[in-house]
Amino acid sequence: MIRVQEEDFDLGAELAALTRGKTSVGGLAVFVGLVRDMAGGDAVKAMTLEHYPAMTEAMLERIDAEAKQRWPLEDTLIVHRVGRLLPGEQIVLVACTSAHRQAAFDGCQFLIDWLKTKAPFWKLEDGPIGAKWVEARASDDEAAKRWKTKTDAG
Amino acid sequence: MKLLYFAWLKTKTGISEEEITPPEDVTTVGALLEWLKARSPGHGDALADLGAVRVAVNHEYADHKDPVSPDDEVALFPPVTGG
Repeated sequence: MIRVQEEDFDLGAELAALTRGKTSVGGLAVFVGLVRDMAGGDAVKAMTLEHYPAMTEAMLERIDAEAKQRWPLEDTLIVHRVGRLLPGEQIVLVACTSAHRQAAFDGCQFLIDWLKTKAPFWKLEDGPIGAKWVEARASDDEAAKRWKTKTDAG
Repeated sequence: MKLLYFAWLKTKTGISEEEITPPEDVTTVGALLEWLKARSPGHGDALADLGAVRVAVNHEYADHKDPVSPDDEVALFPPVTGG
């Protein structure tokens, strides 16, 4: 399931819903991204996330379908917040369930790595000298590259 | 053709979306970007470094050689930074 929303999410409730009644699930892997209070040595007062709604949905669905094709996942969940967030707040939740842990771990890592390099979200940081658009990191591209195969749609 | 601008491309052009009618010989993403540079000083500034600009045509990532047509929705934005 994929959701993009302004409001915060309840991590416990989300994970409970993902596994409720699914007794074939043996493992649940989770990644939660949070707003840090420092970036490149500068204090961050707040962060505003912008996105391209129609394309975000299309890309997240594709990323999700790709993960399910590559690993035997029972379910996946991606929740990404947009709008203005403060340090310590949750930005993104990625969770995967599977019969065994390896597929859940791999699927979860794949989803967040691909999301970070393909899904059209942009962060605007509010720091000491005003607002600044966050620049993409080469390390994120490197992290995503290790998952590349011939079936890579992007 | 509908153009959308996000993040600093929106800030620099000063617009989030616009309807445009490029000349008939603008049939690729690359030609469209070159044509857009002259649209306003803001467009020129936003598109000065095309290596920093990503393009999506109808919600799909596109290369400079990919085609564009009058009914397309074309979005211009920097490399993504979500997650």
